[in-house]
Amino acid sequence: MSSTRESLPGLYRSLYRIRRVEEKIIEYYPTDKIKSPVHLSIGQESVSVGVCAALAPDDVAFGTYRGHALYLAKGGDLKRMIAELYGKADGCARGKAGSMHLVDMGSHMMGTSAIVATTIPQAVGYAFALKARRAEAIVACFFGEGAMDEGVCYESFNFAALKKLPILFVCENNHYAIYSHIRDRMPHPDPCERAAVFRIPTERIELGDTLLIREASARAVAAIRKGEGPRFLECMTYRWRDHVGPDEDRKWKYRPDAELDAWIRADEVARIGRMMDDRTRAEIERIVDAEIADAFAFAEASPFPGGEELAAHVFRS
Amino acid sequence: MSSALKPGRSITYAQALYEGARQEMERDPNVFVFGLGVDDARGMYGTTLDLHKVFGPDRNFDTPLCEDAMTGVAIGAALAGMRPIHVHQRMDFLLLCMNQLVNIAAKSSYMFAGAVSVPIVIRAIIGRSWGQGAQHSQAFHSYFMHVPGLKVVAPATPHDAKGCLIAAIRDNNPVIFMEHRMLYQNAGIVPEEPYAVPFGNARILTHGDHVTIVAVSHMVVEALRAKHLLEAVGIAAEVIDPVSLAPLDMGTIAASVERTGRVLIVDNSWTMCGASSEILAQLMECLQGKRDFRAARLGYAPTPCPTTKPLENLFYPDATSIAEAAYALVKNTRDWKPAAPEAKEIAEFKGPF
Repeated sequence: MSSTRESLPGLYRSLYRIRRVEEKIIEYYPTDKIKSPVHLSIGQESVSVGVCAALAPDDVAFGTYRGHALYLAKGGDLKRMIAELYGKADGCARGKAGSMHLVDMGSHMMGTSAIVATTIPQAVGYAFALKARRAEAIVACFFGEGAMDEGVCYESFNFAALKKLPILFVCENNHYAIYSHIRDRMPHPDPCERAAVFRIPTERIELGDTLLIREASARAVAAIRKGEGPRFLECMTYRWRDHVGPDEDRKWKYRPDAELDAWIRADEVARIGRMMDDRTRAEIERIVDAEIADAFAFAEASPFPGGEELAAHVFRS
Repeated sequence: MSSALKPGRSITYAQALYEGARQEMERDPNVFVFGLGVDDARGMYGTTLDLHKVFGPDRNFDTPLCEDAMTGVAIGAALAGMRPIHVHQRMDFLLLCMNQLVNIAAKSSYMFAGAVSVPIVIRAIIGRSWGQGAQHSQAFHSYFMHVPGLKVVAPATPHDAKGCLIAAIRDNNPVIFMEHRMLYQNAGIVPEEPYAVPFGNARILTHGDHVTIVAVSHMVVEALRAKHLLEAVGIAAEVIDPVSLAPLDMGTIAASVERTGRVLIVDNSWTMCGASSEILAQLMECLQGKRDFRAARLGYAPTPCPTTKPLENLFYPDATSIAEAAYALVKNTRDWKPAAPEAKEIAEFKGPF
């Protein structure tokens, strides 16, 4: 692991890239070229970026329908992602997946699911296979705190702990399942406490601090690689936009404006950006902006899949 | 089209399942078995007995009681290149697995445009008799046949039990593998060497010109008994076992019905929106304008399965009700009441499981 100062440009590049990609999606959304529900990660980038900074390229990530940040942080191909949102043949799933089911096997980014908590047991099963093969790699399993309402989450924790599987559980606690606050869903809203019941060591990182998330992840990953079994991180974070779609959602009044404003003031993209000199930051932004422009142009130019694609891939030969 | 039966020696359906699993585990280190009770002293009626002693505890293991997550674990292991066999002592418990099977297993290849595959085998045992009751007797093949991306097989003979299990393990897709508890002690000729029975090939078990009887799973055995009853009144029944329900070999079934002009479909489940409905609908699409035919269906009574024996006897089709229904199709009258002893495997079954 490189020191914090040396790795800052990389972290900032990843944070800024995710933010700008999603801002571009917002900008393009009114054109109706992106015919896919989008669950934006704006405000939550630091969780994916911080955790993935502690992973090796061969480590495997499972995530959710709010998956743009993780897909990009794990190394997913940007051009193929945008093409996928456009429903084009060059998309990462040839247009058959859309925003909610991004996949990039080359970077070990497993396909995401739109059904809350469903990828958790698959991540555990993948970790079982890695352990059976005595592989070096581990699994990082991302989910929102909403997934911790689902029974399968606890069945999965139980099995992972029982078999001491190489898996890092990452709970992105953005407080809300759509518009329902965690305190309205849990008698004692403490995800760490729930994971600890299974004797899984836990750690909570407040305020979405990218560097602290990376450090906690690095500690957890090292323990997992030593064979100590699963670890659980609760990363406090906040979704700035609506649950689904590109818009702000203050009009629905389900959360206090002041709460949102406080998180916006603590913006990790800006905070990490300020840790660098202006020239370095500007150079990163220039390169990323050009890459994003290319990706959207690529998606625009890509053809729609032909009719023969409808029946392809139902079964594997 | 039928795949050829191979020569072998006589073993039971349960022994055939054991042999198929064991040979595949020897061949491929990625194959493993798990599920409630697979490594206990009973070894799932012998079908998984002591496999952990042969292959180690990571390749045949008991699980916590969490079918939902364990199905996800099977899928995750399959995504990583393994070939899990998840065993359910009763098919009824598959309802706890539906999200993973329908939303993930069936769709992963498609949603991710072939980037991944999910080679899992879900072994599901259908219970019957000696008080199994409403929640230990259900067969949900029609639920799974409905979903693109899943394969569904229901072998009725020891030969096909072994061959289909091996084919299921080698298949790169999720396979719902249905076994009937009443078939477990049936013996039949099974080759010693490993072999795969390809899916999508129905078997014509007996040839006859008067009526086609398509039967599923344990009902294949009852249909063969009915065929003997029908012989006594001069009716020659062609009994067809689809073996696999998805894919479904409609070509073989339709060719038979085109010849006989009569079809009785006997399912080992309810008829409403069931496999029998599907087979009949496809026959209609295939033969209309080409051949008139008469049709009837038999299946579970449209009730939950009762526990008490006299009611349970009424719940299931049997050799006599199948023979009667076939007779009615041929003769257009129900003036014949055949008598047959209760099926041996049912009469002799003393549970408790």
